[in-house]
Amino acid sequence: MSTTEARPPAPSPMAYLAKATLAAFNANKTSWVGLVIFLIVAFAAVAAPLLSPHDPVEQNILYKLKPPTAEYPLGTDAFGRDILSRLLYGARISLVIGFVSTIVAMLIGSLIGILAGWYGGRFDILVMQTMDMLLAFPSLILGLLIVAMLGPSMTNIILAIALTSVPAFARIARAPTISVKEREYIEACRALGYSDARIMGGHILPNIFPEILVMGSLWLANAIRTEASLAFIGLGVKPPTPTWGGMIREGFENILDSAWLAVAPGLAILVVVFALNLLGDGLRDAIDPKLKGEA
Amino acid sequence: MTGFLVRRLSFAVVTLFAVLTLVFLLVRIVPGDPAQVILGDQASREAIDALRVRLGLDMPVWQQYLTFLGGALRGDWGVSMVTGRPVIEEVLKVLPWTLELTFVSLILGTVIGVPLGVWAAVNRNRAVDYASRISSLLGLSFPPFVSAILLLLAFAIALPWFPVISARTGSPVAWFQSIALPAINLGLITAAYITRVTRSAMLDVLAEDYVRTARAKGVPWRAVVWRHALRNALIPVITVIGLYLGILIGNSVLTEIVFSRPGLGKLIVGALNQRDYTMLQGMMVIYTLVVVLVNLLTDLAYGVADPRVKLQ
Repeated sequence: MSTTEARPPAPSPMAYLAKATLAAFNANKTSWVGLVIFLIVAFAAVAAPLLSPHDPVEQNILYKLKPPTAEYPLGTDAFGRDILSRLLYGARISLVIGFVSTIVAMLIGSLIGILAGWYGGRFDILVMQTMDMLLAFPSLILGLLIVAMLGPSMTNIILAIALTSVPAFARIARAPTISVKEREYIEACRALGYSDARIMGGHILPNIFPEILVMGSLWLANAIRTEASLAFIGLGVKPPTPTWGGMIREGFENILDSAWLAVAPGLAILVVVFALNLLGDGLRDAIDPKLKGEA
Repeated sequence: MTGFLVRRLSFAVVTLFAVLTLVFLLVRIVPGDPAQVILGDQASREAIDALRVRLGLDMPVWQQYLTFLGGALRGDWGVSMVTGRPVIEEVLKVLPWTLELTFVSLILGTVIGVPLGVWAAVNRNRAVDYASRISSLLGLSFPPFVSAILLLLAFAIALPWFPVISARTGSPVAWFQSIALPAINLGLITAAYITRVTRSAMLDVLAEDYVRTARAKGVPWRAVVWRHALRNALIPVITVIGLYLGILIGNSVLTEIVFSRPGLGKLIVGALNQRDYTMLQGMMVIYTLVVVLVNLLTDLAYGVADPRVKLQ
C-alpha cells in the first residue's frame, strides 16, 4: 500500500460543483420548495399531451362556459374548450418563451458585461451607459412597443423580452469581472501567454457563472410574467394557441358570471413566478458573500 | 454640485436622443409599407400615396428623422390616425389620471413598505422577518393584472363596496371609491419592493460602527433605529424607488385595463387595437420623456440626500 492511496482523493470539479450547489440549496429551505414546485409545472408542461383530457383547441359549442365536471375538471371556456387542457398546453408556451428569452439575454448580457469589465476605460463607460438607458425604460412598455411594431409572433415576443433583460445580466457580469481580473491567478494566466478570450472564457466565466445562473432564475420569473402581461394586453402568441395571459384576457370578458376562467390561469402564473422567485431568492442569499459572513 | 448637475443633465439628453432614435427606427422597420398596413389590403394606390405624403413617408429618411426629432422636442407628436386629433391633446387629457394613480400608489407603498422593512430588519431571522420576506416575495410575484382581477372579484363583485368601473369623479367619496382598488393593487406590489430594499439597506446600516457607538453612549434603541439608522438606509431606498417608477408606469397600464380606468394605459392599448401607429409613436415619446425626467429627479434627490455622491 503506497502513501498516496492513504490520502483522500482530490474532489473532481464536478463533485465540487455538486457539493457547492447542494450547500446553496440547503442554506435556505425555501429554495427546495421553489425547485420542487417549478419541476412539477415543468413536468406538466412536457407531459401535456399525455395529461390533457381533451384537445386544447377543440371547440364544443354545446358545452360552453360549463362549471367543473368529471369530464371537464376545470370547466370550459366561451368556446366550450377544456380549461385544464388549455392550462397544461399554456404552460409550454410560457416556459418556452421564458427559457429561450432568458438564455438569449443571459448569453448576450454576460458577454457584454464581461467585455466591458475586462477592457474597462471608454468602452466600458459607453457600453454601460447604453445598458443603463435600456434599463431605465419600463420593460413592459418597451416590450409592448417592440411586439406591437414587429407583430406578435413567438420570435418577436422572445426578442422583445430578451432585449429588456440584457442590461440586468450585463450589470451582474461586469462587477465580478472587474474584481476577478485583478487576482493573482489571472495575472499568472497572462504570464503564461493566454489570450484574452481564453482567460475570459476559461477563468472569469466559471467564477461568475453561479451568480449569473441565480439571476437567470429570477429573470425567468420576470420573463414569464412579461409574456403573460403582453398576452393579456393582446400581444401574445396568436389564438387559438393557448397562453395563460391570453386565457385571462378571454376569461376577463366573462368575469361577472364565470370568474373561474380568468382566475385559474392567473393562479397558474402566480404559482410559477412565485416558485422561481423562492428558488432564486434563496440561492442568491446563499451565494451572496456579504450575507454569508453575517450569518 | 454644478459639475454633477451638468453630468446628469447631459446623460438625460443623450438618453432622450438615443431612445427617440430607437423609436424612429422601430417604426421604420415595420415589415412592409406602413401606409399599406394602416389602410389594409383593399386600399387604392392613390389612397396609399396620399397617406404616405401625409405621414411624410415620401421624404428621404434623414429628413423624416429631423422632422420627427424637431416635432418630438417641440411637443408636436403628430395626429392620431383614428380620431384625427393631435396626439399631445389625447395624452394630456388622460395624463392626470395616470399621474394621480402612480402618485397615490407610491405613497401607499412607501407608508407600508418602509416601516415593514425596518421592522423585519430589526427582528432579523425571527418569525416577523420570515413572514415579511415570504409575503413581500409573494407580492412581487403577482402579475399586476392578476392581483387586480382578484381585488375586483372580491371587493367590487362579491362584496359590492367599490365600483367595477373606476372612472368616477366629483365628490371626494366618489374619488376615493374610484381610486381605492387600483391604488391598493399597485400600492401593495410597490410595498413589496420597498419592504425588501428597506430591509436589506437597514441590515447593512445596523452593522455599522456608528450604530454601535450610538448604542454604547446610551441612545435609546428606538432612536438609534428610527433616527440614526433609517436616515442612512433611506439613501439606497430612494434610488430604488426612482428605478421602480419605471416598473410602476408599466404596471399601471395593466391595472388601468382591469379597472376600466382612463389613463395612458388604456390609451396605449386602444391605439394598439386600432393600429394607430402615430399614436403609438407619440406614446413612446411621452414615456421616454417621463422616464428620463424621473431618472434625473432621482439622481438629483440622491445627490441632495448624500453629498458624497456629487464628488464621484
